[in-house]
Amino acid sequence: MNSLAPPMGLIAELTHRCPLQCAYCSNPLEMVRPAEELSTAEWLSVIDQAADIGVLQLHLTGGEPMARRDLAQIITHAATAGLYTNLITSGVLLSDTAMADLLDAGIDHIQLSFQEASAELGDKFGGYRGGHAKKLEAAARIRAAGLSLTTNFVIHRQNIAHLDAMIALGEALGSDRIEIAHVQYYGWALKNRDALLPTRPQLVGANACVAAARERLAGRTVIDYVVPDYYAKRPKACMGGWGNRFIHLLPSGRALPCHAAESIPSLTFASVRETSLAAIWNEDPAFARFRGTDWMSEPCQSCDRREIDWGGCRCQALALAGDAAATDPACALSSAHAVLEAITAAEPADLPLFPRRLQL
Amino acid sequence: MSAPEADETCRVPHFRRGVKLRFDAARGQWVLLAPERAFVPNEIAAEILQLVDGERTVAAISMLLAEKFSAPLDVVQQDTTGVLTDLAARGAIDL
Repeated sequence: MNSLAPPMGLIAELTHRCPLQCAYCSNPLEMVRPAEELSTAEWLSVIDQAADIGVLQLHLTGGEPMARRDLAQIITHAATAGLYTNLITSGVLLSDTAMADLLDAGIDHIQLSFQEASAELGDKFGGYRGGHAKKLEAAARIRAAGLSLTTNFVIHRQNIAHLDAMIALGEALGSDRIEIAHVQYYGWALKNRDALLPTRPQLVGANACVAAARERLAGRTVIDYVVPDYYAKRPKACMGGWGNRFIHLLPSGRALPCHAAESIPSLTFASVRETSLAAIWNEDPAFARFRGTDWMSEPCQSCDRREIDWGGCRCQALALAGDAAATDPACALSSAHAVLEAITAAEPADLPLFPRRLQL
Repeated sequence: MSAPEADETCRVPHFRRGVKLRFDAARGQWVLLAPERAFVPNEIAAEILQLVDGERTVAAISMLLAEKFSAPLDVVQQDTTGVLTDLAARGAIDL
């Protein structure tokens, strides 16, 4: 009936609950309440369906996925179904017992996030006293278990000066991979953008710092780093293309092509509570809306990079160019690229951060 | 193109921590699953990867494949070295 390739990955936001309050969180301002979260049985069913349609990897995220008491059960089920399980966590709940449970369940990989190189600033940005120390313990537990460790550092104007120290921390913890992630300005991060966006000189410094670290760590530790959209000349291939590689599930079971897709009001999204994952992937009009290249207009339609970056990010196109079907303004060929240039050219002000909070 | 150097063929490739090779029924293909990414190797690469066990050298893998496909050893050895070197650069294999 169709020649659609199966999705590679399912990104499962198990919960929006989180002990941390990072102001750069990309969760939506309006978060899913605990009572609306999928039950254990619903998640297990989703995992079976995902395996059936060819999903290879399950990325467990949130919120803090370890806030779900059934996490080990979910991982066991996924591992049995043949899925590669990747836990994306802040680590503050990763006790010895929790680590043992994850190992028993068959976890394949853990990505551990840090907010800074030092405990003082890490705890400040995370809004959680003692959090940084717990993360250091979590990293040691992951390595002691013989698992591959990815450490993730989110960088922004207020911590980018310490990038060298963050990479050194990642190295000292025995990371196989270090992810240096510029804040992506969606959800809470968009609300806090003017307090977080790095300046151009900061960005140039960070690029040089990463290049030097890559040379030093070549063959030992992979450093993943992407220049932030706001300073880019070409857009990122958001999600590897809309509806092309991933299904993103909210804690409520609503299925999105990307985590911010609900910011596009003209689209409605199905829930796995009412629709099968196969039907969502194969037939959901919202998934089909920006899939492939047919929906594109110029300059994307005739661009030789159209199947490399897939026109960039639809949510950013709407937020900054006012049209979800436009070229991502991160592209220098976009008629709205000047909007980004104006934002980055603005004099950085010392602004307060609004911490991410789940309003109950 | 010159033959791979002797020291390369003596190396013992193994999957890096967190990297798994498995057959995916939905695609009817072998897939290499790694932290935060997945590779779908072509048929030649899949044959090579199935022989990576952390004990066989590149030379031993090449010899087995040359026998299996009745192919000249030097060609197979070049393919094997090429595939493994590429995956090593992408962080999936230690070589």
